[in-house]
Amino acid sequence: MADVTLQNLVKTFDTVEAVRGIDLSIPNNEFVVLVGPSGCGKSTVLRMIAGLEDVTGGDIRIGDERVNDVPPKDRNIAMVFQNYALYPHMTVAQNMSFGLRLRKVAKSEIRDKVQRAADILGIAELLDRRPRELSGGQRQRVAMGRAIVRDPEVFLFDEPLSNLDAKLRGQMRIEIQRLHQQLRTTTVYVTHDQVEAMTLADRVVVMNAGRIEQAGTPDEVYHRPRTRFVAGFMGSPAMNFLDCQITEENGRTVARLAAGPALPLPAEQAARARSYTGKKLVAGLRPENIREAAGHDGANSSGVPHDVSIDIVEPLGRETIVYFRLGDATLCARVGTEVHPSAGEQTSLVFHPDRLHLIDPETDLVL
Amino acid sequence: MTAIPFKTAPSLRSNRRWALIAAYACLGIFVVFFLFPPYYMLVTSLKTNAEIAELASNPWIVTDGVTLGHYEHLLTESSFPRFFLNTTIVTVIVVAITMVISVLAAYSLARLRFWGSGVLATGVFLTYLVPDTLLFIPLFKIVGWLGLLDTYWSLVLVYPTLTVPFCTWIMIGYFGSIPRELDEAALIDGANHMQMLLKVFIPVALPGLIAATIFAFTVAWANFLYPLAYIYSESEMVLTVGTVTTLIKGDVFHWGGLMAGALLAAAPPVILYAFLMDYYIAGLTSGATKG
Repeated sequence: MADVTLQNLVKTFDTVEAVRGIDLSIPNNEFVVLVGPSGCGKSTVLRMIAGLEDVTGGDIRIGDERVNDVPPKDRNIAMVFQNYALYPHMTVAQNMSFGLRLRKVAKSEIRDKVQRAADILGIAELLDRRPRELSGGQRQRVAMGRAIVRDPEVFLFDEPLSNLDAKLRGQMRIEIQRLHQQLRTTTVYVTHDQVEAMTLADRVVVMNAGRIEQAGTPDEVYHRPRTRFVAGFMGSPAMNFLDCQITEENGRTVARLAAGPALPLPAEQAARARSYTGKKLVAGLRPENIREAAGHDGANSSGVPHDVSIDIVEPLGRETIVYFRLGDATLCARVGTEVHPSAGEQTSLVFHPDRLHLIDPETDLVL
Repeated sequence: MTAIPFKTAPSLRSNRRWALIAAYACLGIFVVFFLFPPYYMLVTSLKTNAEIAELASNPWIVTDGVTLGHYEHLLTESSFPRFFLNTTIVTVIVVAITMVISVLAAYSLARLRFWGSGVLATGVFLTYLVPDTLLFIPLFKIVGWLGLLDTYWSLVLVYPTLTVPFCTWIMIGYFGSIPRELDEAALIDGANHMQMLLKVFIPVALPGLIAATIFAFTVAWANFLYPLAYIYSESEMVLTVGTVTTLIKGDVFHWGGLMAGALLAAAPPVILYAFLMDYYIAGLTSGATKG
């Protein structure tokens, strides 16, 4: 097992700069998830760590060794691909042992390692089958098994669950988590699925346009996003953004939302916002911080009620997502199942300013 | 509500029946058309010379008794076994040379992206489009210069100019269809290019390899023009040219022997096709249905 360090990592394809100077240090045993929209450079970073792409600039270190020019096979990494990349003509056991056989490991040792990995992943009874005789989830397990038997210093996962259906994805997520708890191998995992990022990661690295927007624990990136991009990317449905103005009213610092209510800011937030008094900012409020008015658990004293016109209602069983208009903007709220709003209805929703994020529109940084 | 399935089901069924009838009718015509020459060869080869020469006899069946005389003559008193051996030697070597060159070439053109590889891949195919009737004169000069005229080694040298471009093209297609992630997985597993080719690419592209082998075999076994142009001694001849030059004496056609020779010469490709086609189809359809 080893640390992975990326220093000012740059990758250019012809004229396109895919990765624009990334610094990231991944300590031993950590599970890091690179997340971001398509084309943000996350897979390119992973492939550079694997040695499948040349490094245009900067350094990659695995352990103490600079590996920029080390071929993939000598980096002591193992990779799990999105399309499994199993050898179709080999059995499960042969697929898993291919790397060991190429390295001329003793047969008995190969057998033991394959058996152990198969036991861990629950595929011991599939060892004689070929990939085409397996389901998607089983194939992905085999792909992971192939990674495990190598006993690598670093695991690399490239969107491994994207080809599975939603239910299986949930199961495999748990499996991967269990695997990491068991093996504690340093892991770099690429996904565009924020649920995977939040649930699996020790640390989430949010990337955009070839740069790291923020690296932090799942809790940090969700509750304390540093940039507008991170605030908008993490969370589903996405955070609501709308213009607001900072004013002083009755001795309190208030964020007055465009066409919406004036939200008194909590003390800490107010201190940071005060220098922007009279200026326009962007307010970010997650759907769960706009709740139904009726009592229950959500209605605490700091909420500010406001009448809105319901646009679209999405009942999801355990909650209901409500889209409504505020001025020109369409916003989204998460309400309990006790209320049954219907489209076109006028109703009162409560805005909770305690989790309000204020964003400077010039820098796109969260205050 | 229920009227719809009742109405569509019979029409679907009759639709299918008509499609099947049409398919069998077309296949039937096709089979008769293509099996007629071998049947005629077989029947003629089993007739006596007298029956073949008799204008009044029925050409479609043997009436005066079956004879194996033509086969006996061919196998014991003519150079036919020699032609057969020569053809086999030439074909085996040509197929081997072709597969080695075209597999290596296709792998590098499909996977090792290097400067000009795209142009080169197209160029390889373009050379195949030059007809051999244009090539045999310049090739004659080369063969003569190498001192290979009137030996079957000239064919070993010349046939790959026909087989390699096409086989390379087929293999580029097959190798190109292998997902790139498979090479990357093999690369991480520690395979070098040779191991990747031998342990991953060739087994995965086996149907393509077999298709290319069949093509190379057919060309080498059945080419007529080159042996006609380059070989004159009976001991060096191959089946295509040897059979007709030794069994047609001036304006006398030994039809019985010619037909027997043609049938025997056609047997190896037929056997090979029959054997490999099963394998070929199995390879193509593997994984198409859920196991």
